[in-house]
Amino acid sequence: MKPRDFLGMKEFNVLCEGNNLDREISVPYCCDLLSVAMANMPAGAAWVTVMANVNTLAVATLTDAACIILAGGVSLDELGQKKVTEQGITVFKTELPIFEAALLVHKHLNG
Amino acid sequence: MSDVVTLRYDVIPGDFIKAGEASSDVKKKLMDIGISPDVIRKTAIAMYEGEINMVIHSLGGYAEISIYPNEITILLVDNGPGIDNVEQAMSAGFTTAPDDIRELGFGAGMGFPNMKKYTDEMIVESQPGIGTRVMMKVNI
Ligand SMILES: Nc1ncnc2c1ncn2[C@@H]1O[C@H](COP(=O)(O)OP(=O)(O)O)[C@@H](O)[C@H]1O
Ligand SMILES: [Mg+2]
Repeated sequence: MKPRDFLGMKEFNVLCEGNNLDREISVPYCCDLLSVAMANMPAGAAWVTVMANVNTLAVATLTDAACIILAGGVSLDELGQKKVTEQGITVFKTELPIFEAALLVHKHLNG
Repeated sequence: MSDVVTLRYDVIPGDFIKAGEASSDVKKKLMDIGISPDVIRKTAIAMYEGEINMVIHSLGGYAEISIYPNEITILLVDNGPGIDNVEQAMSAGFTTAPDDIRELGFGAGMGFPNMKKYTDEMIVESQPGIGTRVMMKVNI
């Protein structure tokens, strides 16, 4: 499964297509503590979080995440939107809570 | 020695954006010279955690990354206030980060443990009132 597949799903809205639409997703990963995410998030993750600040964006880049999924109706502010566009980070948002969003990704990943 | 590439970035207290840009820039440069994704990830995360510590806890300083044929070194030097008890600071979960920093997603006391986890060598030297110096090495 690739971030591109989210484009056709009603639960997800794309905030930035970025450079990773065709990157293979390894796993959904949930965590809002940035150091914990840096410790444990595998490369290629679809990172589901409600933490939508510039530090989240940096962590997604550095950990080599496939995409960010902002859950629970959270969105990017103007600066965040500018950053993800500049840096080509692939970002979606969803009204679903974190667990449901990750579960949906998990279901699609595992057939 | 002509093979050595050195990159240097200023780290400014409170400036999270600049810190993220510096480690993203290192990531990009390492990709350009064909370093493996695993080594890039380790280097970028270790550097970012170190920079974030300087952004949150220090009066500022610089980060210097040197790329040798067989290893990458990350040197972080700040101008104080230093750390009273380095051993305690390095233990998992220890933090002096205030609430507003925790609201940003940092301050879980896992910065030093992460730096240790992702590097092959780490030395922390600190003198209260003078500053902190963190030297890390990632084997290529
Ligand atoms: N450059 C620094 N200058 C002064 N104190 C520091 C520095 N880096 C780390 N510390 C101290 O070490 C503690 C632990 O750091 P770390 O493991 O990164 O966790 P955190 O940053 O989440 O608190 C910090 O809370 C702080 O008290
Ligand atoms: Mg820290």
